[in-house]
Amino acid sequence: MSPDSSPLMDDVFVTALRHDLLKFARLQLRNDALAEDMIQEALAAALAGARRFEGRAALKTWIFAILRNKIVDHFRVSGRVTNVSALSPEEAGLDQAFEALFKANEHWAPDARPSAWGDPEEALVQQRFWAVFDACLNHLPAGTARVFMMREFLELETAEICRALEITAGNCNVILHRARNGLRRCLDKNWFSPEPTRC
Amino acid sequence: MLSCRQATRLMSEAQDRKLGLAEKMSLELHLAMCKGCTNYRAQVSFLRDACRRYLADVREGQE
Repeated sequence: MSPDSSPLMDDVFVTALRHDLLKFARLQLRNDALAEDMIQEALAAALAGARRFEGRAALKTWIFAILRNKIVDHFRVSGRVTNVSALSPEEAGLDQAFEALFKANEHWAPDARPSAWGDPEEALVQQRFWAVFDACLNHLPAGTARVFMMREFLELETAEICRALEITAGNCNVILHRARNGLRRCLDKNWFSPEPTRC
Repeated sequence: MLSCRQATRLMSEAQDRKLGLAEKMSLELHLAMCKGCTNYRAQVSFLRDACRRYLADVREGQE
């Protein structure tokens, strides 16, 4: 394969690729300029890599892996200066909202008891669901979102997250629990809006 | 006996590590009796599925 026939020389392919890379990087980084920079670096690294791929899908997967690693490295470096375990007012708010779900005996308050979401698989094939999901992810406070993203989107084990961000395992668990409960409530309110159930 | 509040913590941690035998048993016992927490578990597991799907769609370029 000559360099000229590389998919990375094909404007249509690269435009579509950039679109998907940007979507992923923005979600992780919450900073458009930084996301652009990372994508440039990932594409440059891919061009320099000059590997052969059976098809464009494999090439795309490889470039995503490069971008993912760059984002992980970025979090490793910035994790030491960003204190994700510090509690922002937004995070304190999520914690208060969580505590308010329970009665004094720590069992569900009747109006806060989680309901069945019906067939959630149905949601996953609907375009509008993903807009709500995106909004709910972006609505999470920055520190909480970062830990959740590292776990679910960069697919790191909690031990790796603890090391990268220099937080304790207990802290990591607390933050992930906060993120999951926040997301769950956001989706419940904005998508599933279910009927109340009895325990 | 686990409270619902404690159960939610264990259900979140179960997404990140293998629970110990005692933890697992007390959680299962609680879930057997509590519909709210059973729904909570399904919701948390849905979040994992949704993230996986989101990731796959972005990687494969589906809109």
